[in-house]
Amino acid sequence: MLHTLSLLVRNHPGVLSHVAGLFTRRGYNIESISVGVTENPELSRMTIAVGGDERVVQQIIKQCQKLVDVLSIKDLKYDESITRELAVFVVKTPTNQSRAEIIQIAGVFNARVADMSETSIMIEVTGNQRQIDSITRLLAQYGIEEMARTGIVALTFPSKRKPEDSSERE
Amino acid sequence: MKLTGAQILIESLKAEGVEAIFGIPGGAIMPVYDVLFDSGIAHILTRHEQGAIHAAEGYARTTGKVGVCMATSGPGATNLVTGLVDALMDSTPIVAITGQVPTHLIGTDGFQEADIYGISIPATKYNYLVRDVNKLAQIVAEAFYIARTGRPGPVLIDLPKDIQLAVTEYVKPKPVSLPCYDQYFQEINETQVDKAIQAIEEAERPVIYVGGGVIISGAHQELYEFAKRTHIPVTTTLMGLGSFPGTDELSLGMLGMHGTKYANYAMGEADLIIALGARFDDRVTGKVSEFARNAKIVHVDIDAAEINKIVYAHIPIRGDVKKVLQVFLKKLDKAKLKTYDKWHKQIQEWKTQYPLTYENSEDEVIPQYVVEQIYEATKGEAIITVGVGQHQMWAAQYYRFQAPRSWVSSSGLGTMGFGFPAAIGAQVAYPHRTVFTIDGDGSFQMTIQELATAVQYHLPIKIAILNNGYLGMVRQWQQLFFKGRYSHTFLGSPDFVKIAEGYGAVGMLITKKAEVRPAIEKALETDNTVVMDFRIPQEDNVFPMIPAGGTLKQMIG
Ligand SMILES: Cc1cc2nc3c(=O)[nH]c(=O)nc-3n(C[C@H](O)[C@H](O)[C@H](O)COP(=O)(O)OP(=O)(O)OC[C@H]3O[C@@H](n4cnc5c(N)ncnc54)[C@H](O)[C@@H]3O)c2cc1C
Ligand SMILES: Cc1ncc(C[n+]2csc(CCOP(=O)(O)OP(=O)(O)O)c2C)c(N)n1
Ligand SMILES: [Mg+2]
Repeated sequence: MLHTLSLLVRNHPGVLSHVAGLFTRRGYNIESISVGVTENPELSRMTIAVGGDERVVQQIIKQCQKLVDVLSIKDLKYDESITRELAVFVVKTPTNQSRAEIIQIAGVFNARVADMSETSIMIEVTGNQRQIDSITRLLAQYGIEEMARTGIVALTFPSKRKPEDSSERE
Repeated sequence: MKLTGAQILIESLKAEGVEAIFGIPGGAIMPVYDVLFDSGIAHILTRHEQGAIHAAEGYARTTGKVGVCMATSGPGATNLVTGLVDALMDSTPIVAITGQVPTHLIGTDGFQEADIYGISIPATKYNYLVRDVNKLAQIVAEAFYIARTGRPGPVLIDLPKDIQLAVTEYVKPKPVSLPCYDQYFQEINETQVDKAIQAIEEAERPVIYVGGGVIISGAHQELYEFAKRTHIPVTTTLMGLGSFPGTDELSLGMLGMHGTKYANYAMGEADLIIALGARFDDRVTGKVSEFARNAKIVHVDIDAAEINKIVYAHIPIRGDVKKVLQVFLKKLDKAKLKTYDKWHKQIQEWKTQYPLTYENSEDEVIPQYVVEQIYEATKGEAIITVGVGQHQMWAAQYYRFQAPRSWVSSSGLGTMGFGFPAAIGAQVAYPHRTVFTIDGDGSFQMTIQELATAVQYHLPIKIAILNNGYLGMVRQWQQLFFKGRYSHTFLGSPDFVKIAEGYGAVGMLITKKAEVRPAIEKALETDNTVVMDFRIPQEDNVFPMIPAGGTLKQMIG
């Protein structure tokens, strides 16, 4: 099963290597990883999607917790958190009809048309993993020329935050 | 006070109480060596950086203090890598300091540049590349703190040359506090201890399984009292040797692949296993699904990630094992303890039926006999360091360790060449104790150049080579599992006596049983480094043996 781990880490040049290195060394599979600074410039938030059974994920969490740069780690529950990805597609539009259909699909997913040429269209979309997977599948029918996907960013809903979550030591 | 980076480093090392550094200088670390020159800190110049870090490990393992080693950039730094991983695997506190090319050259393939920061990420507990001299004092304090606390391990500080030369105001470091360390300061969960005591009360066939964590924690006295009061037999891992007196009636000796039969049988039959600072290594469990199937498992470890890593723990207890055992001892007063008479009778039967023995010879030099003679001649009080292979196992089996921190073995990584430089570190730490290296002919030749170091610093280490002319442990596996095809394991033998003499040490050749004890006595009286070349049979094997990934039923010998 896919788990979404949210790590608060010290922000310095080596930190990504330390976290990624742990995953390589212990043979854990990263599905996606995204890193960005937080409101505190000394801290970054890493969101890592990993696959594995409960025992493996527990091991990953404990091993991450030991890293000197990791301030906190949470295994985000699907129904207690927002998870989002950004994806950008360039899709072939050989005919006006295909272009119209693609724009329609984009509408359903709240996607935005970022650019257009005579033969292709650029679509930008944010959503959870399932939504991005769906639009990818639909657009693939028309022929995706290029695509880029960010990997997940996620946070717990404030209304679902439990007291122990304040273990986010800043 | 304005100081250079190099001066700040040395001041910081002094503040940490560092008494000895093992290392080799070179271009990128010269400013530090210049300050070291008249700093008052002892420096042992080894002949290879691997020797330096293994010596630092020997120092750390025998004292419990942080071992410090130093090397220049590039090849000096990369030569440390084996030792870093070795220290990581055996939880040994090390601070390694490496010179680095000046910051403006980093990333340009500068002369003797190697990305030791990147290389050492999976080889250390933590590492630093210092980019600002103002942070140096704090980094050194943090490095020592990380190396020695929690689950100890190696920390590397990579120090570019321009930072060594940069001048700044020296500010004493703040007390170190790390968020990831909160977990080590949590209170011991006493309810878990209560559950464990209840399990002890209910058990019929309990065993205490002790690992290196008990030695790290300094919990040997608590362990002794705990075992004595609960009447539970004790087996130790290779790393745990010395944590419990090997001659005690409750001792089962070592367990695992080359452990005693009675220790392994006891584990197989146990209904309760109390694991103290041990990590269920595959050399101990064999086939995990068959391991200790009848037992409830209490697992005490300071590292949460060790719990449930290999084997499910019914009663996990996280914390420093010394503190945990103190809680146990306090609570034992109210416990309904048993004497497990039937169980002890069973164990005694196993001990009588399957004793740890070997076939001696009238005239030949039998390796186990040599170890026994060293044990007797040193009254079990020597510090013993070993290489990796058959000789390591014979030493583990037949030297009955009485005290913690007297056995130094590269166990997790199994690094040939570890033993002799580790002895250098031990002898530097304890100039007046007897330090013996029981080495293999193959292992010794991997760091043999450190004879020059031992002689230069007048370290009277005794090296007993159990010389079988083979990479014996590998040859044994070839004999047992590869149809006796001895593919590239024959070594032959150089003239170790001449080599010793060439370095200014004393060499002895021992080819007959009758010469064994006199040679050991003579070596002990010699105030110099001594190399003893014990010519043992070429094809002796280590038994008992449970094949890798095997079960009790597959035990050989
Ligand atoms: C050729 C060869 C053969 C071998 N054969 C055997 C064999 O037959 N039997 C055998 O046992 N080993 C054998 N080994 C060694 C084996 O590979 C492992 O290194 C060893 O079993 C691990 O020992 P340990 O479980 O005590 O763990 P260690 O590596 O000593 O780990 C210590 C554990 O204690 C914990 N700890 C640290 N500090 C504390 C503290 N303060 N409080 C609580 N917990 C703490 C750590 O987190 C860790 O889990 C062999 C090695 C070689 C090279
Ligand atoms: C650096 C290193 N290389 C290879 C090995 C694999 N290995 C394990 S034991 C062994 C043989 C050791 O020979 P020796 O030191 O003579 O000891 P013996 O087994 O003969 O007592 C080898 C090659 C190792 N453990 N370490
Ligand atoms: Mg040999």
